[in-house]
Amino acid sequence: MKSLTEEDWDIEIKPGNNLLDLKLKDVWHYRDLLLLLVKRDFVSFYKQTILGPLWFFIQPLFTTIIFTFIFGNLAGISTDGLPQPLFYMAGITTWNYFAECLNKTSTVFKDNANLFGKVYFPRLIMPLSIVASNLVRFGVQMLLFLLMMLFYTSKDAHFIPNWYILLFPLLVVLMAGLGLGLGMIISAMTTKYRDLAFLVTFGVQLLMYATTVIYPLSTVLDKYPGYAWIIEYNPMTPIIETFRYGFLGKGSLSWQSLGYCASITFFIMITGLIVFNKVEKTFVDTV
Amino acid sequence: MSNITIKVENLSKAYQLGEIGTGTLSRDLERYWARLRGKEDPFLRIGETNDRNAKGNSNVVWSLKDLNFEIEQGDAIGIIGRNGAGKSTLLKILSRVTAPTTGSVKIKGRIASLLEVGTGFHPELTGRENIFLNGAILGMRKAEIKRKFDEIVDFAGVERYIETPVKRYSSGMYVRLAFAVAAHLESEILIVDEVLAVGDAEFQKKCLGKMNEVSKGQGRTVLFVSHNMASIGTLCKKGIVLNTGIATPVLSIKEAVESYTKLLNTVVINETGFAGNLKDKITFNQILINESIGYNSTLKPSDPISLTVRGISKIDFKRIVFIIGISCNGIRLFTLPEHINGRILTAGDFTVNFNLAASFLRPGKYTIAIGAWGETDHDWIWGPDLSLFEIGEVWTDQIRKQDEGIINGDFLRIK
Repeated sequence: MKSLTEEDWDIEIKPGNNLLDLKLKDVWHYRDLLLLLVKRDFVSFYKQTILGPLWFFIQPLFTTIIFTFIFGNLAGISTDGLPQPLFYMAGITTWNYFAECLNKTSTVFKDNANLFGKVYFPRLIMPLSIVASNLVRFGVQMLLFLLMMLFYTSKDAHFIPNWYILLFPLLVVLMAGLGLGLGMIISAMTTKYRDLAFLVTFGVQLLMYATTVIYPLSTVLDKYPGYAWIIEYNPMTPIIETFRYGFLGKGSLSWQSLGYCASITFFIMITGLIVFNKVEKTFVDTV
Repeated sequence: MSNITIKVENLSKAYQLGEIGTGTLSRDLERYWARLRGKEDPFLRIGETNDRNAKGNSNVVWSLKDLNFEIEQGDAIGIIGRNGAGKSTLLKILSRVTAPTTGSVKIKGRIASLLEVGTGFHPELTGRENIFLNGAILGMRKAEIKRKFDEIVDFAGVERYIETPVKRYSSGMYVRLAFAVAAHLESEILIVDEVLAVGDAEFQKKCLGKMNEVSKGQGRTVLFVSHNMASIGTLCKKGIVLNTGIATPVLSIKEAVESYTKLLNTVVINETGFAGNLKDKITFNQILINESIGYNSTLKPSDPISLTVRGISKIDFKRIVFIIGISCNGIRLFTLPEHINGRILTAGDFTVNFNLAASFLRPGKYTIAIGAWGETDHDWIWGPDLSLFEIGEVWTDQIRKQDEGIINGDFLRIK
């Protein structure tokens, strides 16, 4: 047995957390848990279904059909000259990823109160696993989007992907960071008072309309130049616009707004981590 | 060189009583304001002990108060206390599920805590998938789980069902699998809350055997909470008694169990439980089991049982015969008079003693009835089911057929 001296404490349990001590080493040790949680989410999603993972396709597909019908045909909102389904699909796929990350992360303490109340593991693992398992889902839905692109290429639709498509990984990181950060802030704020949780459920839905999911930014700048700043200051807008620009060649790309989006994301992420770290120790008593 | 693995210093934990709602916001703001000005928390200041029977004036309660103790490596420590004494809170803090209000705990080595079996089991996943998931939740690496997989399945005895979703398991299989995963954790410290209350007797023995092996064979530190004094007695060498949030220092397990049993209230008898025409003349106040073990207490089969009944008589008796009756599952096992021909009793306080031989009752729950008859057969008083005691199971390696039945057959043998 190795000799242990008084100073050799491995764990020190104290009332508060050091705000900036994010215990990333601990998180790294539990990386297998992260993977297994992602696997759990993925596998349990389609257990006892006939279509299995195909269900990942069905939701964006139907939403696209409905959007095409209502916003494209009935309301006649411009899609920058792109095939309508392709335009909506691009918006829905990206928006869904962000929205799912936000929604699930914001209830992480409430949903896992039972688990958190019985075992210790770095709490950060849970929100990270949410982001990661949504990434799997997002990946599957991207596949659908790419299939659709192929389909429209074969029908000679007018869109040209360009080199900005390489920004895609950055966009994913930004979306994940934004959803995770906001979600962690909300989850930390709802451990004691749950009021904010109600706002999130419909707020995210409403926020979609303040993002360029069902309309292009150019239309807003055109029709309501006075209010366009609301849309432009929404950090999700540059992400979706850049995504469309890279994959479909239409939309607006501005390094300035992308930089703005990145710094907002960074700020939210850091705030989220710190607030989350602060409440994770004692939330079990109040949740 | 010091062998201390866990060092608890001035540990306290306060809980807020009542609902958290709109009313608490104003208090939170007041608290925050006090902290900003560098003052003490106005709601924590009122230091009341956690006595759940007494009505307090503050809605903050100290579940643990100023705990100080040190645990050495390789010790098996039993944590004993009544319901609400703070045992689970202590385990929660030690396993880092919640943080203390003040004070600190310093720990050497990895901790595995088993506050509940099957935490994080997903009903839709198969046994195999759940072993991996649960193991990872408890802090094992994937490679480690893989290495122990066969051992875990073997211990749980669910090999045939390993590819079946756990929602189809019987509750016993579920618990066995869950315990098996936790029992194979490689950690220096193992914390176990009364998880053994589930599962059948055979599995309970297996669990205790495993825990014994962990603490004695592998030199790991075990903290064990249970109400079963018999199993604590066999498993642990030392003990800590918690009462209303205050802990004793680390005692030997014998001292700990003794001080715990002294803590328990002696049974105060309710007068309405009695029938008979002597009801107005004699009042029974207390039953003491083995000096002071009270209601719902556990004895070891090898303990002699002494019952002391105290009461008051309003009149003199030329002859009175006190009797006790012991029942198990509603069946009277025997009735025993104090003296066959009774005794003389003068008005005032009286004490009646019954001493029963050791190891003639097998593990189980027994209820006590007391009564008396007076000068004629028409004068009587009787109160059934007044108190209860339990003979705890002693954990041996195997259950033998010869050990079954309520009464130890050896007593019937002619010697």
